[in-house]
Amino acid sequence: MNTAVAAARAGLDTDATSIQVVGVEVVAEGVVAVTLADPTGRRLPPWTPGSHIDVILPNGLVRQYSLCGDRWDAYTYRIAVLRETAGSGGSEWIHTQLAEGQILGFGGPRNHFHLVPAERYLFIAGGIGITPLLPMIQQADRLKIPWKLLYGGRWRRSMAFADELTDARGHVDLVPENEFGRPDIADWVGDIEKGTRVYCCGPAGLLDAAERASANWLPHTLHTERFVNGAGRRADDRPFVVHLQRSGLDLPVAPGTSILDAMAQAGVGVLSSCRQGTCGTCEVAVLAGRPDHRDSMLSETDRDAGDCILVCVSRAHTSTLTLDA
Amino acid sequence: MTTPVLTPPVVDDDPYAEEHLIDRLPVQQRVREAGPVVYLSALDVYATGRYDVIREVLADWQHFHVGAGVGLANFHVEKPWRPPALPTEADPPVHDAPRRVLTEVLSTRVLRRLRSEWLAEAEQSVDQVLARGGVIDAMNELAAPFPLKVFPDAVGLPPERRRDLLAYGDLVFNAFGPQNALFEKSATRLTQLSAWVTTLCRRENLAPGGFGASIWEAADRGEITLEQAPLVVRSLVSAGIDTTVHGIAAILHAFATHPEQWQLLRKDPGLARRAFDEAVRWASPLQIVFHTTGDDPVEFLGTTIGPHQKMMLLIGAGNRDPRRWDAPNNFDLGRDPSGHVGFGMGLHQCVGQHVARLEAEVLLTALADRVEHLELAGTPERGYNNSLQTWNTLPVRLVPA
Ligand code: FES
Repeated sequence: MNTAVAAARAGLDTDATSIQVVGVEVVAEGVVAVTLADPTGRRLPPWTPGSHIDVILPNGLVRQYSLCGDRWDAYTYRIAVLRETAGSGGSEWIHTQLAEGQILGFGGPRNHFHLVPAERYLFIAGGIGITPLLPMIQQADRLKIPWKLLYGGRWRRSMAFADELTDARGHVDLVPENEFGRPDIADWVGDIEKGTRVYCCGPAGLLDAAERASANWLPHTLHTERFVNGAGRRADDRPFVVHLQRSGLDLPVAPGTSILDAMAQAGVGVLSSCRQGTCGTCEVAVLAGRPDHRDSMLSETDRDAGDCILVCVSRAHTSTLTLDA
Repeated sequence: MTTPVLTPPVVDDDPYAEEHLIDRLPVQQRVREAGPVVYLSALDVYATGRYDVIREVLADWQHFHVGAGVGLANFHVEKPWRPPALPTEADPPVHDAPRRVLTEVLSTRVLRRLRSEWLAEAEQSVDQVLARGGVIDAMNELAAPFPLKVFPDAVGLPPERRRDLLAYGDLVFNAFGPQNALFEKSATRLTQLSAWVTTLCRRENLAPGGFGASIWEAADRGEITLEQAPLVVRSLVSAGIDTTVHGIAAILHAFATHPEQWQLLRKDPGLARRAFDEAVRWASPLQIVFHTTGDDPVEFLGTTIGPHQKMMLLIGAGNRDPRRWDAPNNFDLGRDPSGHVGFGMGLHQCVGQHVARLEAEVLLTALADRVEHLELAGTPERGYNNSLQTWNTLPVRLVPA
């Protein structure tokens, strides 16, 4: 029997910017799966297949990981992390230091790799690029849409979740490179029928190959997500000051407090609703400084423009943020 | 071992009875105070009027679905009178793509570009009304015409028959209630208007550059299917007009009956956004929404709710729940109305809420600038609608600044 957890959880109206490690498990050579939950046991913000979250490590590094769990479980997220010895230390830290009970900062979930409707899906994964595709495959199963998966990796034991996939309904081609060499994507895909969508995630070489192959496909067939690793962006989960231009106030915002709360305490009310960064109600214009966006709502254009901020969850990269309030 | 299952208290009121559609407070209160979840014997459904329970049901899309209809009709056993609404009556995964497209089409970045145009339009509307002088019917001379101008224009709908759009929405929201004599009487008109709206939603009937055309462009990019596109456009027409019109009527009524609050807004027009949300909390234009359990029973607050059971959410009751709001019956600009459930909450929260806020904000800004005082100039007359809290007439005296 399906059981809904009772209502009226404590802290219904508090903000969501931290997340707790509730499970760490080695799932393949060099890959750990991490299960995360809200530290106070609340439901986590909803997500769709292809979404990722920002994970902010205690050393200040920010890493993005695709959600690869089950969205019908509202209380936990699952991510999978490949150990990259040549990286800037994020995955290394997770593999060596991360432990159950730890609390990390987080932002999102955000989705730049949406699953669009299709009559047939072709999924192509290289190594850890399997992660965003797992929920997509689950979804295709749920909708009874035919799919097949080409999953390449260095060798069999490094390929995470391979056994989970063999139970799925579609057709899975596991292609460890040491046994079969590199797959020929154009060949595997064959003729693209109308209504087919190809989703590809993995290392740059694989994505380049998919893009070359897609030259002969109908427009909008190929969807890719590039992992940008080792960018080394640092979070600024430290105190900062919001300067409110119109009210002429300078408000310190401590870690653990939201800009929204700091403003409310100073008597400058901003209308809000979800307090999870998912609805867009608490948007305020940014006049100076650089926002550290933690929401799920703003588009890439909005984020890059840096001229607005959702104050219920987002913070600042600069020591001062000037807001139109 | 089994835990004892509580039987929810029975409430025998019918919230759709005529007297309750005119004054909803007594039923709201009885349902809310009888228990966190009650059984409505007159309709054979569960119901809740508690703020925290409403929020929980709205948040728990995994267990409480909308695919069986957001009205009283249960699509598990009844055939819907029209193709179910998209994304309003779709659960994940089908919900995802249409919702995402609508979110982008109605994003705040798009709306920021519209603000100056809409403000000019609002100023013109207010000036016209003031030029007529004296007492106006704020429902039919302000609350209805302004949204009926700017929103359908932005969607890309033709300028003709705007009043019919309002009539269509009224019938749609009525049809979310019981299929009673009232419904039967209007069924023919609903079928006609429905066929007309379906035609309007076709690509060739939507002006380029509008929200409607943007939805079709998303379909061209494969983000939704070509079959979904007209249904997504339809959701703008059915859900984006009446709700806003009655939301604006609610705030005009609120200010006309609370002159001291009007003075607060005049002093600080920056309060316009908060004022509108406070009015949406206070009056809850959308009063009733249903969610439905899925194929499995749900353990909920000590009660087992069987599969495919309807749960009525009394939005208006939750927005006046004293457990959540101090002096809930007061319309008060000093309060922070954030978190009200007048636009819903969670996955299916009103995707057009920022559009509604913008429409109300520009109109209030124009009014605050030009109107010194407003007051009721007669007894306003409520409209009958199963799901919406509406006014037929709202006689108001405007005193120019
Ligand atoms: S309140 Fe919803 S995004 Fe901030």
